[in-house]
Amino acid sequence: MSSPLPCDCQVRHCHDRQPASVARRKIIQIAAAGLAAPALLAAGLAAAAPMPGDRLVEDDADGPPTALRPADIRPGKPMLAYPLDAGRRAPRDESRLNKLVLVRFAEADLDAETLARSAGGVLAFSAICTHQGCDVKTWLAKEKALVCFCHSSKFLPLSGGQVVSGPAPRALASLPLALDGDQLVIAGPFSAAPGGTT
Amino acid sequence: MTPLLNRLAASLLAALPCLALQAAPASYTPVTDERLRNPEPANWLQYRGNYGGWGYSPLARVDDKNVSKLRLAWAFSTGQTDGHQAPPVVNNGYMYVTTPGSQVIALDAATGQELWRYKKEVPAEMLQLHPTNRGVALYGDKVYVATVDCHLVALDAKTGKVAWIKAVGDWKALQYMTLAPLAAKGKIMVGSSGGETGVRGFVAAFDAQTGAEAWRTYTTAAPGEPGGDTWPGDTHKNGGGSIWITGTYDPEANLSYWGTGNPAPWPTEGRQGDNLYTTSTIALDVDSGAIKGHHQYHPNDAWDWDEVSAPLLIDTDIKGRRVKAAVHAGRNGYLWMLERDGSKINFVDAVPYVHNNVFTAIDPKTGRPSYDVSHKPGLGKAVGFCPSLWGGKDWPPEAWNPKTGLFYIPANNNLCAELPAAEPAKYKKGDLHIGYPIEGVLGSLRYRDGKAPETIGELQAWDLKTGKLAWVQKFPTFMWAPLMTTGGNLVFTGGTNDRMFRAFNASTGQKLWETPTPSGVTGVPSSFEVNGEQYIAVQSGWGVDAQRMQSGIDSLVGKPTMVPQGGTVMVYKLDK
Repeated sequence: MSSPLPCDCQVRHCHDRQPASVARRKIIQIAAAGLAAPALLAAGLAAAAPMPGDRLVEDDADGPPTALRPADIRPGKPMLAYPLDAGRRAPRDESRLNKLVLVRFAEADLDAETLARSAGGVLAFSAICTHQGCDVKTWLAKEKALVCFCHSSKFLPLSGGQVVSGPAPRALASLPLALDGDQLVIAGPFSAAPGGTT
Repeated sequence: MTPLLNRLAASLLAALPCLALQAAPASYTPVTDERLRNPEPANWLQYRGNYGGWGYSPLARVDDKNVSKLRLAWAFSTGQTDGHQAPPVVNNGYMYVTTPGSQVIALDAATGQELWRYKKEVPAEMLQLHPTNRGVALYGDKVYVATVDCHLVALDAKTGKVAWIKAVGDWKALQYMTLAPLAAKGKIMVGSSGGETGVRGFVAAFDAQTGAEAWRTYTTAAPGEPGGDTWPGDTHKNGGGSIWITGTYDPEANLSYWGTGNPAPWPTEGRQGDNLYTTSTIALDVDSGAIKGHHQYHPNDAWDWDEVSAPLLIDTDIKGRRVKAAVHAGRNGYLWMLERDGSKINFVDAVPYVHNNVFTAIDPKTGRPSYDVSHKPGLGKAVGFCPSLWGGKDWPPEAWNPKTGLFYIPANNNLCAELPAAEPAKYKKGDLHIGYPIEGVLGSLRYRDGKAPETIGELQAWDLKTGKLAWVQKFPTFMWAPLMTTGGNLVFTGGTNDRMFRAFNASTGQKLWETPTPSGVTGVPSSFEVNGEQYIAVQSGWGVDAQRMQSGIDSLVGKPTMVPQGGTVMVYKLDK
């Protein structure tokens, strides 16, 4: 289930509904992301790239886009998602490089660094395998790993998306999240350029 | 200058002419139709050496008596990982290899000196299900490569300069190309992979000079076309039938023969009917692209038994009569002997070469198999079947040796598969279109008897005159093993996970030579001659489906097998 898309709720207004410490942390993250955005623009990525404050929508969902909440992501069931361009009220799905994989954990399972990038226990990573660009969306419960169906590279979301086996040369890029009320929002830029190795 | 420096300078000066020679092989000899029809033994001008797809070099300086003296002449690192499957194609001292990453490298065939390199930039957001390439085509003064982002590129053979680039399909719809193009009569022919992504397969021909598209023939028949009534509704539009492997060509009949892939999606419930022309061989008129004949190996495929290898075109005796044959070791585990009768393709005989528990009979007139439906997977039930979805043989090519009269097959036996209950499949551009959860596909491999067999890989030699197995060499591991046979009574192949490249006696199967390589060998071997010396060449570079199959075996065994990746061109010659 997803909650309906809010109207023009700005991120800075919505922090009122969060605990003060969380809101402060998110404000810092979002501010940092705001500084990073011009750099992305300069790199020619920004027109369609995820932007701080973007909400998230499930990939390939029926009906009008609805913003995701943490409760929409079931533990052990990764979900593919795209950032939502609030202006156009449409997913930023022009490029696969914007495709995200969301995984949800109990917050107690997250170390401090991971917790800082999470929202409601949800972590976001680029869904594009760093090997040959296939979707990373399959969950291996025993290994707590995401696995790429194309060539079996495995990534650990609880360790920054690092590679544990397979041909992928580097970790999945992570994307920090925040909460805006009960909705997930993007809190900063990717940790690295998403995409495969050609 | 000190005496030492004088000596050094003199040595360098003496070396200069040699270096200059290394950098410049003889002038490039254009590749004509005549040369492709009657290739000189010294060269390996196309994917399988000749239009018939034999994988045969008449060269005999390296033979069953001296092959043990084969040594590395030179090696060359390609700088890429993943599956290196292309043959080193050689024309009078110029060698061309392709690698994953849409790369063509031109080398001096005698020394390995790099002459030029072309690497096509592909879109960063592209998904590569099969990062591989199976080689170039040579024609005129150009080199042609089909890329993973579905472009056909023409390069100057001497300089590597781009002559033209043509978009053949839509990479965003996951159309991609992995095959070596086929060159004939001024045309360059290619086809699209993508049986798991819901493409509509096709063969397309382009003008060799200009890149203008001459014709395009789809491999799934539309309503109103012959075979169009074998697809319900518009299911042919995403019906698969992809083209993975270079066609063979009969210049006398002006027909090219192509193997076609599985229908899509895999479950059959939504596409009742024969689904022509999937899992078939089709005969195309090279001038027009018209389908002149076909033979479907197994209608309404449910097992992902792509029949992607084109049949080998052989004039031989079968069952006591001379036949212009088209012979194919099917992924379905049967060896198919067909007859090229004008433009028609007649069934002659079929025999199982690995265990198949699906076919209950083969119609002696038409070759149409009957099925045990309890081994046909689909909706609502998990189903086991043999051989596995990688088949008795996947794409790695067979070989034919006219001197021994034997037909060689790189087979995998004693392997089966179990697919889970199918899930409803809805086509979405740019996504997989299989109809089974991907975890179920990747974890489908099973042993035939439920326990690890003593052998899986089999290098088989068949006597087509009798339809009998002449000899077999068995291996404890599976094989992903393209073959080459030579006039020196040899069969060369790798394909096992121990990185070995081997030579066998072509008449008896006796192993005569083996050498470890940097990675696993899944490349197509070739042979050529420069300055009177015979060379054996192959790319070492494990990956793609060989690694997928390895992962399947590893799941059964319960421990991983490490096969290193990274491509190297390996070239061998006799020790003097």
